[in-house]
Amino acid sequence: MCGVCGCGEGLNHSHEHDHDHQHGDVHEHHHVRAHSHSQHHHHHEHNHSHGPAHAHAPGLTPARMVQIEQDILSANNRYAGDNRRYFGERGILALNLVSSPGSGKTTLLTETVLRLKDQIAMAVIEGDQQTARDADRIRATGVPAVQINTGKGCHLDAHRVGHALESLNLPEKSLLFIENVGNLVCPSAFDLGEAHKVVILSVTEGEDKPIKYPDMFHAADLMILNKTDLLPHLDFDVAQCIRYAKQVNPKIRVLQLSAKTGEGMDNWLQWLRAELALQGIGYA
Amino acid sequence: MHEMSLCESILQTLEQQAPLQNYAKVKTVWLEIGALAGVEIEALKFSFDLVVKGSLADAAKLEIIEIPGEAWCMPCGRNVPVRQLYDECPLCGSHQIQVSGGDQMRIKELEVE
Repeated sequence: MCGVCGCGEGLNHSHEHDHDHQHGDVHEHHHVRAHSHSQHHHHHEHNHSHGPAHAHAPGLTPARMVQIEQDILSANNRYAGDNRRYFGERGILALNLVSSPGSGKTTLLTETVLRLKDQIAMAVIEGDQQTARDADRIRATGVPAVQINTGKGCHLDAHRVGHALESLNLPEKSLLFIENVGNLVCPSAFDLGEAHKVVILSVTEGEDKPIKYPDMFHAADLMILNKTDLLPHLDFDVAQCIRYAKQVNPKIRVLQLSAKTGEGMDNWLQWLRAELALQGIGYA
Repeated sequence: MHEMSLCESILQTLEQQAPLQNYAKVKTVWLEIGALAGVEIEALKFSFDLVVKGSLADAAKLEIIEIPGEAWCMPCGRNVPVRQLYDECPLCGSHQIQVSGGDQMRIKELEVE
């Protein structure tokens, strides 16, 4: 076998040895003829790469195949893993709130923090394409909020959330709300390291949203049906909406509430307390 | 349009891998995209051409290997094909199904120089 590249071609090597050498001489080996397989070069000035994907260039073109086998979102998922570890080690419950624009997310948040801020340490990461309007509304309640403007982007990613965590410096056993950009499509694909995605759907939007945007309802663990105070004025079919949601995600839980009137808010606060308690248990 | 972000992630991976795998130019990218991954293939192709412009993958070809959706049906106790997340089990009509395949988005292979 050829000892240079292990290619299997080894016949007709003829080595002329000068056996008259003295001690300390170096053997000189001469190949009588070149290897017959044209695509392999054995000149040592040739820059062989012996990396994991090393391949001899076939024929004249140096093109070759490289196996990658990597998730497209692997970089995001690594950052999400870091965030999740950060939350786990501190017993912090992080929730990723997702919805279409205008579902009442920010009102739900301000009403929630007003009810809980004396009992639980809380903070909010606000994601919006532009402006700090929502973060300003949260800060008015006395709870720290960091605004991330995604600009042209349509969702938050784990890397940006990680940086926001540095400036928030959350205490242990606190509750972190990540208010994602209003968009029922894109945020579903991006893990931020949160414990749960919570999807908020208002009853003014139509009961078929769960099957129109199935990825988001599939990714969420809890659906909040908001603005229930408006139900008497609408022909929104609550039971059908819940059926659609369970069709996409049989395990999804559903809470009906009105952040504006406070109806149903107690169940939501109870869910938050229970999840926060669980978050502090069993993280290795 | 999270397809744009996906393409930016792809380009990032191609740039990271270039010195490791010893290439300077990417000619073709093969992606595995599951039917349940929530990716619009046409939007992905459109975004890809824009994102790779002027990079080491300028004018690279994008080849998509589509992976069919699959779910585990609890009542049937077996894997069944599904086309959408809200599909019912084609055997028993139940919605008690758990996605078991076809939700991936992977960079599979590259043709490089």
